[in-house]
Amino acid sequence: MRAASGKGLIVRHRSLLVLTTTVTVGALTLSACGSRDDKSGGGDSGAKTTVVIGVDAPLTGDLSALGQGIKNSSDLAVRTANKNNEVDGVTFKIQALDDQGQAGTGQQNATKFVGNPDVIGVVGPLNSHVGQSMQKVFGNADLVQVSPATTAPELTQGPNWQKGSKKRLFDTYYRTCATDAVQGPYAAQYLYTKRKLKKAYIIDDKKTYGAGLAGTFTDEFKKLGGKVVGTDHINPDDRDFSAVATKVAKSKADFVYYGGEYPAGAPLSAQISKAGSKALVVGGDALYSDEYVKLGKKNVEGDLATSVGAPLETLDTAKAFMKNYKAAGYKLPYEAYGGYAYDSTWAVIQAVKAVVEKNDGKLPGSADNRDEARKQINEAMKDVSFDGVTGQVAFDKYGDTTNKQLSVYEVKNGKHKPVQTGTFQEN
Amino acid sequence: MHGLPDQLANGLALGALYGLIAIGYTMVYGIVQLINFAHGEIFMIGGFGALTAYLWLPDGTGLALALPLMILLGVVSAVLVAVGAERFAYRPLRGGPRLSPLITAIGLSLALQQAVWAFYPDAKKARPFPQIGGADLDLGFVTLSREDLFIFVSAPICMLALGLFVAKTRTGRAMQATSQDPDTAKLMGINTDRIIVMAFAIGAAFAAVAAIAQGFKTGEVNFRMGFIAGLKAFTAAVLGGIGNIYGAMVGGLVLGVAEAMATAYIGDIPGLEQFGGGSWKDVWAFILLILVLLLRPQGILGERLADRA
Repeated sequence: MRAASGKGLIVRHRSLLVLTTTVTVGALTLSACGSRDDKSGGGDSGAKTTVVIGVDAPLTGDLSALGQGIKNSSDLAVRTANKNNEVDGVTFKIQALDDQGQAGTGQQNATKFVGNPDVIGVVGPLNSHVGQSMQKVFGNADLVQVSPATTAPELTQGPNWQKGSKKRLFDTYYRTCATDAVQGPYAAQYLYTKRKLKKAYIIDDKKTYGAGLAGTFTDEFKKLGGKVVGTDHINPDDRDFSAVATKVAKSKADFVYYGGEYPAGAPLSAQISKAGSKALVVGGDALYSDEYVKLGKKNVEGDLATSVGAPLETLDTAKAFMKNYKAAGYKLPYEAYGGYAYDSTWAVIQAVKAVVEKNDGKLPGSADNRDEARKQINEAMKDVSFDGVTGQVAFDKYGDTTNKQLSVYEVKNGKHKPVQTGTFQEN
Repeated sequence: MHGLPDQLANGLALGALYGLIAIGYTMVYGIVQLINFAHGEIFMIGGFGALTAYLWLPDGTGLALALPLMILLGVVSAVLVAVGAERFAYRPLRGGPRLSPLITAIGLSLALQQAVWAFYPDAKKARPFPQIGGADLDLGFVTLSREDLFIFVSAPICMLALGLFVAKTRTGRAMQATSQDPDTAKLMGINTDRIIVMAFAIGAAFAAVAAIAQGFKTGEVNFRMGFIAGLKAFTAAVLGGIGNIYGAMVGGLVLGVAEAMATAYIGDIPGLEQFGGGSWKDVWAFILLILVLLLRPQGILGERLADRA
C-alpha cells in the first residue's frame, strides 16, 4: 500500500537541524499534553446541562487503527444524541484519552476521568489488560464504564470463572461484546467440525487477552477430539518469529491458533508461510483488522479470524450507522469495534436519559459534584435495553452483553469476508 | 533436533542483522568510549528512509530497480542523522563527565523516536514494508526465504568492505590509531574529529542496511523497532568484545543462533518444557551472555581490557 501523502516529510530527517527541531517539538508536544484543560465540559449555559462521556482507547501506537475507530464511533453516537435531542436538557461531549494499549496509562486516564466532575460515564478500553487496571478506579468512584472490546472473561466474572465460581468484582464494569469464554470454543467448533482440521499448533502472546483466548480454544478443541501438535509463546513486541515459524512448518500442523493481536500476528503469519508451511493462522477479534492484511500482504491469504457479533454489513440496524459514519467524514474506518463503541456510548446515553427522567428532567447534583448522578447512572445501566447497531443491547447480572453472536471471517483477496455467523452452543 | 539446518539459517540471518547494527556500537565505543544508545533509532530512521524511497517511486516499480534507491536513501538519512547527532549532541560534551553523553544519548533516542512518530506520515502504527516475494529457495538441505537472502548477501559484503577499509586505507589506519590512543594520534597529525564523524557515519550506514533487512524479514517498519534491535545489537557488541568490529559480527551471530536454538529446542529437553519457545529465548540469550562474560570478561574477540579509565 502506498500513501500519496507520504512525501516531503522525511526530508526533515536529513537536515542537521533535525536535532534541535525534534527536541523542541518533543518538549512542546509533551507540554501540550500536560496542560490540556480538564474542565472541557464545564458551563451550564442556560437550561442545558453539558456532560462528558470519557473515551479511553489506544489512539496511537500499534493498535491505533482499532482505537481510532472506537473514538470516532463514540463521537458519532454523541453527535447523533445531541442532534436528535435524545435526552432533554442534556448535551453530551466526549473526552478521548489515549492509553497506548498500556495498563499504567489506562489507569492514569481512569483517575483523570474520575477527577473531572463532568464525566458521567466512560466508554473503553480496547485491551483487556488495560480494562483490568481501570476497573478499581471506576468502582471506587461509582463511575460506569462500558467497554466495546475487552473480551477476557475474568473482567466481569472474576478470576475463577473457569472453575464455575463466577463472581462479579466491580458493578461499574459493563461490556457490549461477547467474551473469549465463547469466542475461543466457537472457533474450535468451526475448525474441527466445518473445516475438518484436526492438528493445531497453539501460540499466544502471554497477555490477558491472548493467553485467555488460546486457553479456551485449546480446551474446546481437545474436547472435540482435535490434536495439539505444539505450543509456543511469543513476546508481543518481537517481530522476528522465524524460529517459531520453522517449528510450525516441521510440526505439519493444519493450522495455527494465535491468541494475540495483529501487530505481532501479521508478521507471525507471514513468516509461517515463508517458512514453507501451509498452515492457516486463526485468531480472535484482535486479528480482525484491515491492518492485519496490510502488514501480512499475500502471506495471510486464507487466514481466519473470529469476531464478536454478526458482520455489520448484514445487520439492518447497522446500515444507518455505516451511512452516518461515512457522512460524518471521519478520516479512519470504524474497524472491528466501531459498532460496539457506538452501542456502548449509546448505552451510557440511555442510562443518563433514565436518570434524568426519574429526576424531573434534571441531573442530580451540581456541575461541580456529580457523585449522586454517577451513582444513579450506574444503577440505571442494569436496566438499559435498546436496539443497537450490533443487535439487541442489554446486560446480564455480570455486566456482560446478552447478545452472544459470533462470526468467522476469512481473508479472501486481501479482505476479511464473513463465512459463518452464529451463537456458541455448548456440546 | 529436527529442522536444524533451517533453524541455523534463521539464527544466522537474525544474527547477521544484529551484527550489522552492533558495528555501530562497537566502532563508536572503540574510538570515543561512548555507548551511543541512540543507535537503535538511527537504525529505525534508516528503515524509514528506505521506505520513503520506495513510496517516492511510482507504483509497480520492480524491486530490482527500487532496492538500490532504497538502500541509498536509507543510508543517507541514517548517516545524516547520526552525523548531526555527533556534531550537535555529543561533540559539545566531549571531555565532559562520562555520564553526560550517555544521558544525552538516551534523551536523543527518545527524541528521534517521537520525531518519527509525530512527523512521518502514518507512522503512529506499523507501516508495511515492500516484500521481495517469490517462492522460497530450496537448497536441498535448507530452505531460504527470498527476504533472508538480502541479509545473507549484504552482511558479508559490508564486513569485507569494512575490513579492507580499516586495514588498507589511510583513513582506516588513522581510525585504528585514534582508537588506540587519541591524544598521540592527534599529535601525529590525525584529525580525530573527522575520524569520530567517520565512525558514526559507517555505523549508521550499516544500521540502515540492517533496517532494510529487518523490513524485508518482518514486512513492516515502526517507530519503536530501534529499541529492541538496539538492545540486542548492544548485547552482541558486548558479547563479541566491544571495540572490535569482527567481534561485533561474531557476537551478533552467536546471539542470533542462540535465540533460534533456544526457541526451537530448549522445550524438547525433559524438564524444561515450559522454559522453551519464543517467550524464553531472550532469557537464554542473556544467560549465555553472562556465562561468556564470566569466562571472558573482554568478550569473545575482545583483546584489551579497559586501558583508559
